[in-house]
Parts: sequence; C-alpha cells; structure tokens
Amino acid sequence: MMAATPSSSPPRSGTPQPPDAAETELAVMAVAASTSSPECRQGGEEEEEEEEAAGGVVAAPTLSPECQHGGEEEVTAAVTTAAAMTLPGCRRGAEEDVTAAGWRCRRKHVFVLSEAGKPIYSRHGNEEALAATMGVMMALVSFIQSGGNAIRAICSEDRTLVFEQRGPLLLVSVSRTRQSAAQLRRELAFVHEQILSLLTRGGIARVFARRRGYDLRRLLAGAEAVLDRLLSGAAADGRLLLGAARCLPLPAPLRRAVSGALRRAAAAAVPAPALALLAAGGRLVTAARQRALAEGGQLCASDLHLLLNLLGSGVGAGEVWTPVCLPHFNPDGYFYAYAAALGEEEEEEGGTGGRTSGAVTLILLSTEREGFYAAAGCRRHLEDTLRVQGWLGELAAAVRGGAGYGPSRPGAPELRHFLYKPLEGPEEMQQLPQFTSPELEDPYTSEEEQHRLFDLYHYLHSRVHSPHRPLRLLYHVAEKETLLAWVTSKFELYGCFSPLVTKAGAIGVLTKLLRWLKKEEDWLFIRYPPPYCAAPARPEGAEAEG
Amino acid sequence: MAQEAMPGTFLEGIRPTYIYKVVLLGSTSVGKSSLAYRYVKNDFKESLPTVGCSFFTQTLNLEVATVKFEIWDTAGQEKYHSVCHLYYRGAHAALLVYDIANKETLNRAKLWLRDLEKEFLPDEIVIALVGNKMDLAAEREVATEEGEEFARTKGLLFMETSAKSNHQVNDIFMAIAQELLQRERQKASAPSLHGRSTVDLGESRARTGCC
Ligand SMILES: Nc1nc2c(ncn2[C@@H]2O[C@H](COP(=O)(O)OP(=O)(O)OP(=O)(O)O)[C@@H](O)[C@H]2O)c(=O)[nH]1
Ligand SMILES: [Mg+2]
Repeated sequence: MMAATPSSSPPRSGTPQPPDAAETELAVMAVAASTSSPECRQGGEEEEEEEEAAGGVVAAPTLSPECQHGGEEEVTAAVTTAAAMTLPGCRRGAEEDVTAAGWRCRRKHVFVLSEAGKPIYSRHGNEEALAATMGVMMALVSFIQSGGNAIRAICSEDRTLVFEQRGPLLLVSVSRTRQSAAQLRRELAFVHEQILSLLTRGGIARVFARRRGYDLRRLLAGAEAVLDRLLSGAAADGRLLLGAARCLPLPAPLRRAVSGALRRAAAAAVPAPALALLAAGGRLVTAARQRALAEGGQLCASDLHLLLNLLGSGVGAGEVWTPVCLPHFNPDGYFYAYAAALGEEEEEEGGTGGRTSGAVTLILLSTEREGFYAAAGCRRHLEDTLRVQGWLGELAAAVRGGAGYGPSRPGAPELRHFLYKPLEGPEEMQQLPQFTSPELEDPYTSEEEQHRLFDLYHYLHSRVHSPHRPLRLLYHVAEKETLLAWVTSKFELYGCFSPLVTKAGAIGVLTKLLRWLKKEEDWLFIRYPPPYCAAPARPEGAEAEG
Repeated sequence: MAQEAMPGTFLEGIRPTYIYKVVLLGSTSVGKSSLAYRYVKNDFKESLPTVGCSFFTQTLNLEVATVKFEIWDTAGQEKYHSVCHLYYRGAHAALLVYDIANKETLNRAKLWLRDLEKEFLPDEIVIALVGNKMDLAAEREVATEEGEEFARTKGLLFMETSAKSNHQVNDIFMAIAQELLQRERQKASAPSLHGRSTVDLGESRARTGCC
C-alpha cells in the first residue's frame, strides 16, 4: 500500500514520460560551502546513527546515547537574502492586502499549467497575472524535452524548483522551505490527485483531446479553495509528510461505541456504503470499511486524505451528494460521496451557531449513483442510535472541548512538540495509517514559527529517509530548538525540544513519551477500525428510507 | 406525478401529503444555496461553493395538503455539469436561478431551460425563473422586465428574490407548491391519461428511493 511508503520514495511510475528520457538535475547555483552530501545543511551539530542492515530491529527503546563524531558545520546564515530568482509572482505580494499572504507568497509557490502553457492554478494570487511566468516555465520544460530529456528539479541556494509532469498537466513547485525535492514532488502529486478527485484522469484527458488549448480553469473553478486547503494543511501538519491520517483523541469506550454504531448502520444500508467515516475538523474519529475493501487493503491513506480534505471539515448546510474519484483506487472512476453533519438539531440548540465547534461530519462512500437515499437513511439510523444512547452529545462535547492535547500532557517539560506514527498494531489499524501530535503551543503559535518547525521536521524526515543513507536516529541542534528523529520498525517519531537538551536527555524524554503513547494508544488512535459485510440485498419492495 | 406518501384519508382527516422533488439550477454563486438556506433555516450566511449537490427538506402545511419539498441544491460550477442530470432526473419542479447583477447568468439559465426541455414534457415539471440578489439594485444588469418577458414567453413562473434581505424567498416556493397542487387537481378531475396519478400508492414511495 502506497500509504505506508515513506514520502521520500521515488514518485510512482504513473507519469508518462519518454521511456528513454535521461533525467537532468540542474544545479543552477553552486552552493558555496562544499558539502559532500546533496542536501544543504543549515543546522548546527548533528549526530546520526545509520540504519542497521536488517531494517533496524530495535526491540526496546534503550539505545545507548553513545556519541558519534557528528561533523560540526558552520551555521550558514539562516536567512539568505540573495534573491537569485525573484519571480514576478512575488512582487504581487505587495499588491495583496494581507501582509501575511505576501510573506507566504515568497515562501512557496505551486503552479499547475497545461501542456499548452495555460495557467490552471496558482497557490498565491491570480494565475492570470502569472501567465508570463508560467509561459517561461513551459518554454523551459519543452526546451529540455526537445533534447530528449526531462527536467525534474532545479536547486539554487535558497530555492528549490520541482517539475512534475502528469498526463497533460505540468505541476511546478518553487519553494524556499526546507522540504526536499522528493517531498515537494510528493506534495505536487497530492495536488494532482486532488484535481483528479474532482475531474478524473479520463475527464481531463477528454477535454484536452477535444481542444489542446482548453482552459481547465473553467472546470476547476471553485476548486482553488480545495487545493489551497490541501497545501496550507501541508505547511503545518504531518498528514502529507507522514502519509497518515490525523486522529481525534477520544475516550476508548466512546470510540468503540461510536465505531460499532457506525459499522452496524453502514452494514444495514442497502446498498451498503463501501466506506464510512466520521471526521471533525478534518481529523478522523472513526472509519468502517466493507470487508472486501478492507481486506484488499485497497483504500489507501492518500485517497482518504483527499476525501477528508474535500469533505471532512464540514460541508455547510444540508446533505451533500457528490461524485468523487479516488485516484489510487481508480483514477478513471467515480464514487459517490455522501456527507452531512451529525446531530444538526443539537447543534442549533447549542445556539452559538458554531458549525465548526462540535460538528462531526459523516462521510459515506457509495458505488451507486442512486445511493443517496440509502446513505441518508444510514445517517438517520446512525444518528438515532447515537442520540438514544447519549453518545451524540458526548461526541459533540468531546469535539467542542478541544479534543486535542497539549505538548505538556505526556509529562516531559523539555518536550515542545512531536509527531508520532505507529508502524505496528492490529492489522486493521495498519491499513489505516494514523499519526498523532499535540496542539501547537508557545513558541509555535505564529504561522511563521509553525512553518519553521515543520521545515525542520521536513528536513529531518528527508534525512532519515534518504535513499542513499537512511538513518535510524538523528539528533539535530537547530538555532532555537533541538530535534530528534527516531525511526524503528515499530514507529516513526520526531520530537522537538528546548534548545539545551542533550542527546541523552532527548532520548530520555522520547523514551518517556513512548511509554505515555503506549498507555494512551486507545485514546489516541483508531486501533480497531471495524470492517463489515454488506447486508444481502433485501427483498424488493423494501424501502430504502427508514 | 407527485408521490403521495400516505393515503389521503389516513392521518389528519382528508389532507393528503405530497412529496415533491425540487431542483435548484444556475451558474455558480448566483445564490442557490443561499436561497435554500434562507427558505429552510430562514437565515443568511456566507457559504462556500457547493460540492456536487446539497439536499434539504422542508415541509409546508397548507390548508388543502401537506407538501414536503425535497430540495436539491446543485453546484453551479462547470465541473459538475456532466453529473447534473443525476440530480434533476425525476424532479417535479425546477428553479432556474440567475443573478440580476450579472447578465451572463441569465443566459446560462436559458441554457439550463433548454436542457430541461429536452428531458421533460411541459406538463411534467413546474419551472420558475428566479432573479436573485435583488438587493443589489445599484449593480443591476438585468431589468426586471427582461426576466419577466422571457418567463412569460416560455410559460415559466417568475420572481425576483433576495436571499440576503429575505425578499420573496418563501413566496417563490409557495407559488411552486400552489402550481404543483393545481396541476394535481387538474389531473384528478381529468381521468388520468398519463397513468401515473396519485392513486398508485404502492409504488410511489419506493420510487423516491432511487432518484
Ligand atoms: N447581495 C446578495 N448576495 C447574495 C445573495 N444571495 C447570495 N449572495 C452571495 O452570493 C455568493 C454566492 O452564494 P451561494 O448561495 O453560495 O451561490 P450558489 O449559487 O449556491 O453557488 P454554487 O454552489 O457554486 O453553485 C455568496 O457570497 C452569497 O453571500 C443575495 O440575495 N444578495
Ligand atoms: Mg451552492
């Protein structure tokens, strides 16, 4: 399953490229410091432990904090002012009202253009105004293609440009973050897949076959918001980085009860949905899958992520029924997705009108285009059960009460933040990759600081998953904090500490954290996402609606 | 053509219950969702573009009948056009919504009408032309008369509304209900030629289950 693959793995081979095309990596600017490693290191001290040949069979978290000779490096200036490749797009930042948006503008751009060089999407500002820039990019790409090569990435001192050709679309990322080219490429793949989720591969191919110069923006109108949400989610959240869903912590008995009710409601519906999810604020509460789908393990985390990004943060009033494509499952086919808030009435009585506050969204995935009434019936059935048992109120209260937790919760004061993805557990759980992390608290309350933190996470992630030299443990002293990445066959963990912590201290804290995570696993994770069998078709004449 | 949920004489004396499927069609951001929200919740708030289609229900207790509207608020964005027939199939009424401050949206509404005319016979569906955002008087691009005249030539109901200031939103749905009930009465008095009167109850509700 794609989901379990670390994101530094090479892009999947769905990209039609000339088979014999040599890939050119251009280094436009010579990096001043002659580091031997391909990455530009900016950190201070680093210590690393290489992956053991057998895939790191670390049984207990008792690694000796044995010191290795981590090469000390000069700290290159954190802010490189050289604007070697100022894009016209960046100047638009000045025209934008929101200064924060202007700042982000300089941080990362994502563009989508058609083969004919027509702008389709730009993360920041009006893609129309960027037509010239995109034209240049397209010219660059086709110039290199004409030589039988494919351009993949351009690295300069302070920017990375990544090009990803997918079918008739060219996706470009211009980044000043510390994401590696592989991570940026994966992000572009997500953007592409989200576009597919709306239009399907065949749908896109058809419009371009009819007219090569077709303006795909006509079809993507309104989808900018969905793509923006995807990318802004990537900026300060581990979802895309870890390829896992973020879970909503919930008392185990409540989660079990709700999961059971969801499974029963889904199994009783005719036709039964292929997948049933509960989400709140984009975080997963529970999921149930038809057994066939669960066993095939075919529903992967990235498809789930696209679905949650599209519908999981609330869908406004009413019950939504929409075609949606899950590109990993089938890039050419549509599912039909039902989405509605649970407990509308309770919500209204709450008075504050805070649709975001206690709102839990039910998402059902059906293969039947006529499945709406069955799905609506399933929702009513579930809602009734949850209401009668009092679980609906408990669930809403849990969500409203801020279902997250602070970094101090595990009881280690040096710990500022962490990302934890378990790699083992019940089989059902492994098929639904999940991660947990505390809420971002001081000093990571501003967007700028959050981006800085996630830059560091991205950097550590790319180092430990480096295809040339994978690491098991990486201790990294940054300017304002110290980080430790730790990857075993059982988990992947990134911890962020106050700057003065030693390597031994950091390992001690993470050991404590691991104990806490183990103790709380039923609260933190969906450990037993329930599979179900679809009910046999009921005798005809049975009403689809309850 | 309506689906009668219960025998007319079953519950509250002689008042029958009719279930009607109503579909909202029109360009993106003309205010379809806002109209539905105003009608169902009597409120107005900023909304995001609809994904696919949103479903609402609203029950009207009229003197002669109870009318339950199943409202399908479709997405105006072009990417959903190819699936729109999915939503308007089997509809009893359609609201073609345009924005009085955007002439192009009226042209688009006319195209929707063409689609509907291909799908339905004239007496199969009640169609209303709705000019929304009437509160934007200063930015008006479509004169009231223009909409009115077009509706008249095509035999459509017509109203200008504002979801924002709650102008004529109830009225347009009420007019549709009245028109549907009127047709119901005509059909009842003239022996059914179309075969599908409100008598065949056995089948009627199940049909809802698939459309
Ligand atoms: N001034 C004014 N604005 C309105 C009115 N109705 C809707 N709007 C605004 O118009 C915009 C679009 O409204 P929606 O109801 O989302 O439009 P829609 O037709 O559902 O759009 P799609 O779902 O994309 O098809 C929103 O910003 C609304 O606030 C109105 O009566 N007057
Ligand atoms: Mg809408």
